[in-house]
Amino acid sequence: MKNETRHEQFEPPSILGNALRTLHIDIPLFIGLLLTSLLSFLVLYSSGSQDVDVLMRQAGRVGLAFILMIVLAHIDPYQFKRYSTVLFGFGILLLLAVLIMGEIGKGAQRWLDLGVFRFQPSEMIKITTPMMIAWYLAEYPLPPKSKQLFIAAILIVIPTLLIAKQPDLGTALLVASSGAGVLFFAGLSWRFIIGIIVMLASLTPVIWHFMRGYQRDRVLTFLNPEADPLGRGYHIIQSKIAIGSGGIYGKGWLGSTQSELDFLPESSTDFIFAVFAEEFGLAGCLGLLALYLLIIARCLYIATQAQDTYSRLLAGSLAFTFFVYVFVNIGMVIGVLPVVGVPLPLISYGGTSIVTLLAGFGILMSIHTHKKFRTR
Amino acid sequence: MLDFRARSTTKQSTDNFSGRRKFLVIFMMVCMLLLTGRAIDLQVLSKQFLKAQGDMRQVDEVSVSAYRGMITDRNGDPLAISTPVESIWINPRELKFAKEDQLRVMEKLLHLPIGKVTEWIKEDSHRQFLYIARRVNPQLGAQVKELKLEGVYFEREFKRFYPSGGVSAHLVGFTNVDDIGQAGMESGYEQLLKGISGSKRVIRDGQRRIIADIENIQEPVSGKTLELSIDQRIQYLAYRELQLAVSANKAKSGALVVLDAKNGEVLAAVSQPSFNPNTRSNLKESLYRNRAVTDVFEPGSTVKPFVVAAALDGGYISPNAIFATHGTYQIGRNTVKDTHNYGTMDLTHVIKKSSNIGVTMMSLKMPPKYFWGIYHQLGFGVSAGSGFPGEASGTLLGYKKWHDFDRAILSFGYGLSSSTLQLARAYTALADDGILHSVSLLKREEDDDAVRIFSAKTAKSVRKMMETVIMKDGTAYEARVDGYSAAGKTGTAKKAGSGGYTEKSYFAVFAGMAPASDPRLIIVVMIDEPSAGQYYGGLVAAPVFSKVMAGALRILGVAPDQEGTMPVLLTQKTQ
Repeated sequence: MKNETRHEQFEPPSILGNALRTLHIDIPLFIGLLLTSLLSFLVLYSSGSQDVDVLMRQAGRVGLAFILMIVLAHIDPYQFKRYSTVLFGFGILLLLAVLIMGEIGKGAQRWLDLGVFRFQPSEMIKITTPMMIAWYLAEYPLPPKSKQLFIAAILIVIPTLLIAKQPDLGTALLVASSGAGVLFFAGLSWRFIIGIIVMLASLTPVIWHFMRGYQRDRVLTFLNPEADPLGRGYHIIQSKIAIGSGGIYGKGWLGSTQSELDFLPESSTDFIFAVFAEEFGLAGCLGLLALYLLIIARCLYIATQAQDTYSRLLAGSLAFTFFVYVFVNIGMVIGVLPVVGVPLPLISYGGTSIVTLLAGFGILMSIHTHKKFRTR
Repeated sequence: MLDFRARSTTKQSTDNFSGRRKFLVIFMMVCMLLLTGRAIDLQVLSKQFLKAQGDMRQVDEVSVSAYRGMITDRNGDPLAISTPVESIWINPRELKFAKEDQLRVMEKLLHLPIGKVTEWIKEDSHRQFLYIARRVNPQLGAQVKELKLEGVYFEREFKRFYPSGGVSAHLVGFTNVDDIGQAGMESGYEQLLKGISGSKRVIRDGQRRIIADIENIQEPVSGKTLELSIDQRIQYLAYRELQLAVSANKAKSGALVVLDAKNGEVLAAVSQPSFNPNTRSNLKESLYRNRAVTDVFEPGSTVKPFVVAAALDGGYISPNAIFATHGTYQIGRNTVKDTHNYGTMDLTHVIKKSSNIGVTMMSLKMPPKYFWGIYHQLGFGVSAGSGFPGEASGTLLGYKKWHDFDRAILSFGYGLSSSTLQLARAYTALADDGILHSVSLLKREEDDDAVRIFSAKTAKSVRKMMETVIMKDGTAYEARVDGYSAAGKTGTAKKAGSGGYTEKSYFAVFAGMAPASDPRLIIVVMIDEPSAGQYYGGLVAAPVFSKVMAGALRILGVAPDQEGTMPVLLTQKTQ
């Protein structure tokens, strides 16, 4: 074992490679994330009325998130596995705390004021849920049996419902899909998958019944935004106009009139893709999608290369969740999905989402750089 | 050991995992293709439509207000002008990079407390629009512009200003905040004054604020200048004298009209009480009334010269006719009274002493149709056609309904009503040797609507009679004009209340002209309810006539035809 590692060190006589391995950083993933973050600053500068203060604040958050990512990358994945249950349980407690004494912002109860900073427990749940499910399923041979599936399902539904109650539909969706991702990679049989899809479809009227007024409005608006162009349809219509105005090559950086002139609401947060699309056009959109695909592909590669079930399931799920993130946001901005409050990962303005995302990537790097055996 | 177990399980399920991974990759590709397809749809296929929609939201057409025309007097002196003013607003977000000392300079220029702008920038940093000064004068605006501060914006507006204040307020009127005429000539000639507003294309932001101009679609066309017939100097003189008389006599209101006897132009028209059009707020509606044009009264004895002229002109009496009056005169059950028993009178005495019985006798000699025709032609009961909004036409009953007593009271000015302007106009028929002029509030050269009512000979002889009114033993010695011969007639009419004529309230009127030989000006003074003791037209209204006439003739450079008591130097100077 010792020989092998020494052999590795000598074979590519690269000092840099050696240093990076000690730093536990996965270069392709790191470069992808860095590029996306830099792109984010460009777009934010434009969408935020070229306010340097806004940019500096975001840069601070991104810097912190990168540091957290590197710190997590140094932790042995075994430790994540070991503390999965504790972290998950802690997260659930925090969610309960939010429901009881959380702060209300923009009509929803999502925040926990810790004095020093405000914290959104639902963000943490996005990572601890797949950790918990992966830990639980890894205890048993794969594919999982019905009993395990049942328990896993309950473990997913509890945080999902707690978050949906806040209400924060977007995060609930992401948490559910992170758990579902684990189940999927664990080899959930197709019969189950199809069964669940059919069941959800048939339950639509029931779900509709339990939806809140504004959530129903969002669905109706999605189906026909022109019904109320100045009210509920305003977001999506303005967003489509901004994207369409971009054309193939876009209006150029800082050239987005629709968002610049305050026509586009939430232009720095959930709807930032519209600003990007107006300024960089179809070409830019394809480029951004490609960048996201590269990150996801690398994550999936890391998942395949993972050396134990827990790591592989977790890595696969994190990759899948990231994809859902991208798809739901762009799909909503572009008008193929109803409006759900999900930011564009790594690009949208805001601290919590970027911290959670990079924490996830930190775990992925940890999985990739702490291998006991190197497979070829 | 643990590692080996992990490795073996890996082996076992790798196939399953990679299958799942492949499926996921395909699924993601499908999703990404969906997004790409939609992006192509929006950015390539629907681009034109969406772009047009976007432009529709930002590009807008707005109207550009036209410069409102000026109102001037006959000599070009401004009575109403639109002055450009500047409103200044800031965008606190942009202004926060400005240098402190420049902000200090701006604060000093705009008379803001020192540090106020900095305070606004701090407190309202989330806002992007904040007025810091409204309607300041353009020079000041230009000085602020010179500072070239980023985030300070200017908005051009117009403000209506009335340099003569209350003096011609009733005549000129005023505009509202939207620059639309609300009263007086401002309202009557709105179409001419307002011009044609232009339009321009602008870019608006999401808050509907205009942030940039793209192009002018239509240049605004400025309104035309309205040149009034008023002579501001005479107007001021009339205003001052009327104001003094109204307050000295504790009268309710008053009106005065100065007409050019040769062509009917209104040289002055004033009303009391007045108001300042520049600072009007919470003022009573009644203050805005241009009483000279819109309020009517029974003209009383001031119509007597017309009765004499009509009777003479129609040949119903001879110039040497005499009238035996005995203080009272019975018509059926009604009695006509004079203030004294004047005994037997000739025509001149009837006018000089203002004998009701004298004119009653004359009126009864005339056929009603003829008598009515003269009054009607003189303009009683007919609008004077000045074009002033709300102009009153007064009343004159049709002759077919007249009884003898109606004829009698009409001959001394009851039973009909007239505005000050109408009465002044009727007097042109006596002043201009029988020719009645139309009135005009706008400056003009010729009167195209002049009509002859009396023969020149009749008009001249009636003027001669009216000169005696101003003599020492006439009813209006107070009306004599320093340096000029004058002719006129007093009127003191009881006010009609709800239950008939009142005992103690009167209209005191004096109508006259000067110089008597060839009148240049006609002035009618009406004072409503003088209540400081005096109420006769000859005592209350006549002094106002005297002062205004003397001053106005000198202003116009009319040569005195009599020995005056005024210093010669002043007389020459004003010529």
